[in-house]
Amino acid sequence: MAEKQHLHLHVNGEPVDVVAPIHNTLLEVLRENLRLTGTKHGCELGECGTCTVLVDGEPVLSCLALPIELQDAEILTVEGLTEDGKAHPLQIAFAETGAAQCGYCTPGILMAAKSLLEKNPSPARREIEEALAGNLCRCTGYIQILQAIERAAAGDVGKPISV
Amino acid sequence: MPTKTDTKPEGSTPTREAEPLSIIGKPLMKVDAMAKVVGETMFADDLALPRMLFCKIKRSPHPHARIVKVDTSKAEALPGVVAVLVGAELPIPFGILPVSQDEHALSIDKARFVGDPVAAVAAVDEETAEAALEHIDVDYEVLQSIMTIEEALAKDSEPIHTGELHRGEGSVNGNVHKAVSLEFGDLEEGFAEADVVREDTFFFQGNTHLPMEQHSALASCGADGKMTLWSSTQTPHYVHRAMAKVLEMPPSMVRVIACPNGGGFGGKSDPFNHEIVVAKLAQKTRRPVKVTLTREEVFYCHRGRHPVKMWVKSGIKKDGSITAMHFRSFLDGGAFGSYGIASLYYTGALQTVTYKIPRYKFEGLRVFTNKPPCGPKRGHGTVQPRFAIECHLDKLAEQIKKSPLDVRLDKVIEPFSITANQLRVRTVGLKECLERVAERSEFRNKHGKLPKGRGIGLASSSYLTGAGLPIYWNKLPHSGVQLQLDRGGGVTAFCGSTDIGQGSDSVLAYVVAEELGVEVQDVHVVTADTHLTPVDLGSYSSRVTLMTGNAAIEAARRLKPLLLDQAAEKLQVPVERLAMAHRKIFDRDHPDVSMEFAEAVVLAEARHGTLGSTGSYTPPRSPGRYKGAGVGPSATYSFSACALELEVDPETGMVTIHKIWIAHDVGKSINPLLAIGQIEGSVYMGLGEVLMEEQVFRKGVHKIPSMLDYKSPTFVDMPPVESILIETLDPQGPYGAKECGQGPLLPVIPAVAIAVYDALGVRIDESPVTPDKIVSALEGRLRAVTVPEYDWPPPVDVPPMREESSS
Repeated sequence: MAEKQHLHLHVNGEPVDVVAPIHNTLLEVLRENLRLTGTKHGCELGECGTCTVLVDGEPVLSCLALPIELQDAEILTVEGLTEDGKAHPLQIAFAETGAAQCGYCTPGILMAAKSLLEKNPSPARREIEEALAGNLCRCTGYIQILQAIERAAAGDVGKPISV
Repeated sequence: MPTKTDTKPEGSTPTREAEPLSIIGKPLMKVDAMAKVVGETMFADDLALPRMLFCKIKRSPHPHARIVKVDTSKAEALPGVVAVLVGAELPIPFGILPVSQDEHALSIDKARFVGDPVAAVAAVDEETAEAALEHIDVDYEVLQSIMTIEEALAKDSEPIHTGELHRGEGSVNGNVHKAVSLEFGDLEEGFAEADVVREDTFFFQGNTHLPMEQHSALASCGADGKMTLWSSTQTPHYVHRAMAKVLEMPPSMVRVIACPNGGGFGGKSDPFNHEIVVAKLAQKTRRPVKVTLTREEVFYCHRGRHPVKMWVKSGIKKDGSITAMHFRSFLDGGAFGSYGIASLYYTGALQTVTYKIPRYKFEGLRVFTNKPPCGPKRGHGTVQPRFAIECHLDKLAEQIKKSPLDVRLDKVIEPFSITANQLRVRTVGLKECLERVAERSEFRNKHGKLPKGRGIGLASSSYLTGAGLPIYWNKLPHSGVQLQLDRGGGVTAFCGSTDIGQGSDSVLAYVVAEELGVEVQDVHVVTADTHLTPVDLGSYSSRVTLMTGNAAIEAARRLKPLLLDQAAEKLQVPVERLAMAHRKIFDRDHPDVSMEFAEAVVLAEARHGTLGSTGSYTPPRSPGRYKGAGVGPSATYSFSACALELEVDPETGMVTIHKIWIAHDVGKSINPLLAIGQIEGSVYMGLGEVLMEEQVFRKGVHKIPSMLDYKSPTFVDMPPVESILIETLDPQGPYGAKECGQGPLLPVIPAVAIAVYDALGVRIDESPVTPDKIVSALEGRLRAVTVPEYDWPPPVDVPPMREESSS
């Protein structure tokens, strides 16, 4: 069994101490040590975007990231999107537009979308598509996800849905 | 055989009430939407139990090999390894279909494809389990492998299966899993009447589901000896059957819980070896055991779209009437039966359920090859022939110089009719679907008139709203719902149905809330648990909205009188005048005369005791009584039409889709937002299949078993889609609803090939329609698809249909 390392991480605004094998990925540490199972995995090879989390605000594939290198960074997962018990407007917009069908790719896409909107609060559709091109979804055909991000960007969360 | 007309809609479903609907038809949020967006939903791999072990499976590196010896002693001696399992410990075969019980949890005698499991390890962590696999020694005697339909039909190699695990006439002759032949009417007479008779050949390449979630299963064997399995499965009922059989346990001692599926698309519909393996390991170790497949393993697990070669011959008159159709399909089944016999029949079943085809013959063949088993993928078995017949019809239309739109529009099947192959059709919204997409896309102005390199294509299709027969033929309901009322005004709805992302939990909640006049959040759904919920057969064949919906309506309507009687007494209003909506029971004529739903519950419970009810649903019998008539019938069929405009670069063959218009006869939208989500998702998946997706092998090894190399459309590849919902209020569906999760995939694929022809004048008769094929075709190098010679069995004698008073 592999040698373990003591890690000091900062996840969702809280300091956490973890003991894990040094080669374990951020994905494994989040899911298995911290039980933050909101972050999913689709390939564990950096190909599908499902495991995307934010590291200092930038989208990172947690299946390729090593926690030992991130001890000074601020890590944000889908669980941390909800603040003071209130869901983030992107989360509400995804629920309202049907953007989460099976919901498995949703956490990763939410994190990538949050990063985009922080840099570009009113992105054009093409800009959203390009920012999310690394995140695969097999259910939606992407359209309701795009609508959700545009809805959140426009501040339309909570308004009636027109079909 | 003439097409018969039955203008009487049957009334087996509850009739719609005059009351305006307060929940059905509204774009509501799914009941599990918030849980999914905050990361709260627990998928199978998110579960962990104390003392849990991790399982890894040793798989064959050879496509076809005799297993001479499996030595596990070194693996067992490794620190951290708790148990090792080999095939001899699970000798009982299983499979999804009763006629194809041909799989073992771990192979005993032979490995039949690269990836076939041969041994398994349970260890304290995943890494130790994986390392232990290296210490299991397997001696193989490599056999000649069979990789193509043609090789399977050649008689010179050892058959993949010997036959004893397959039941039924004509089954398993060499590597032929099944050959079928059905004839309806005098085909030669039909061809003689035609002005044009033409033959075409097509090939549809295999592809896979690629759900974002890899399959995962967790088993726990309690101190009471009861087994619980949590799994990412679309069909907990059938997993329950297979587990009880293979583990030799009474079914009552086995509990299967389907976790929310992270996408299924048909790929999680079989009982799987890994589910049985972790259960056996949990029994052996008395500790919980979990397995999660790697992405590469998911590609080998497969059960996806069959590669199919097809030949079709049709006669057509100058006015566009089809006089007869003869269709042959050759399915490359992979190493096991899976749903294959159903897949095979489906490649011949729904040809007749779009346009009038008075005479029809189907011959089909499924062979075994040393590749991962094929099975059901979205549109199960009907996607390949739909590609063929829509492209074929486009060629026929051109030959008789008629618009491909008019050929379709003029010959749409009649509503409430029976097809040549004896399928009973109810409402038909196909004409409206075709008209709407033609109008929105300006098809008539564009077809044949766009500049070179730009093209428009049109195709249509139909699909089942639930298979008319269960997998195990019996008289039991296909779906059951149990309701329980609580004194606070809440309603718990129990049902075996499985939410795979399509929203079946939401549909259950919407229907119950609508019927009992409560809010959606008052309904608590408990689903997909074989101990807690009445059987629902599973999320396949687009059956859940119709079947669970109807069962829920029945359960609710049995409960309603108990509440209304109390309200009538309390409010002093005749019961017929009472209505229920938004947590109130009120006088229709004086809505201010009302009481709370919860109060009526308390009064009714005081009178009758604990309140609950059940409802169930069985689809109507189909009129067909011939051998093979079990595949194809459905309570009602959905219809779709698709038009799309694209551009092809003649130098590179690169296709750019500009826009897709899709109209779908959904019967009635239970929730239009979710219906459109299903339609857009279907369009997307169809586009992936026609433009890029291929499940292909070299010497039995998957060429591209990764999400990067197996190309699927990304955000930047998806064109704009205009979805149009057509409502025909089908008498069989709950509130008139039909399916919408599979049908809209079907017309997209032929529409692309047809549009490429409109753009450049070249026919691509095989999927996927890739740039290299387009360039080859432009250079005259693309070869026609060839189909094998086969000595077909004589057609099944189909008795004439009996007139029945009701179905």
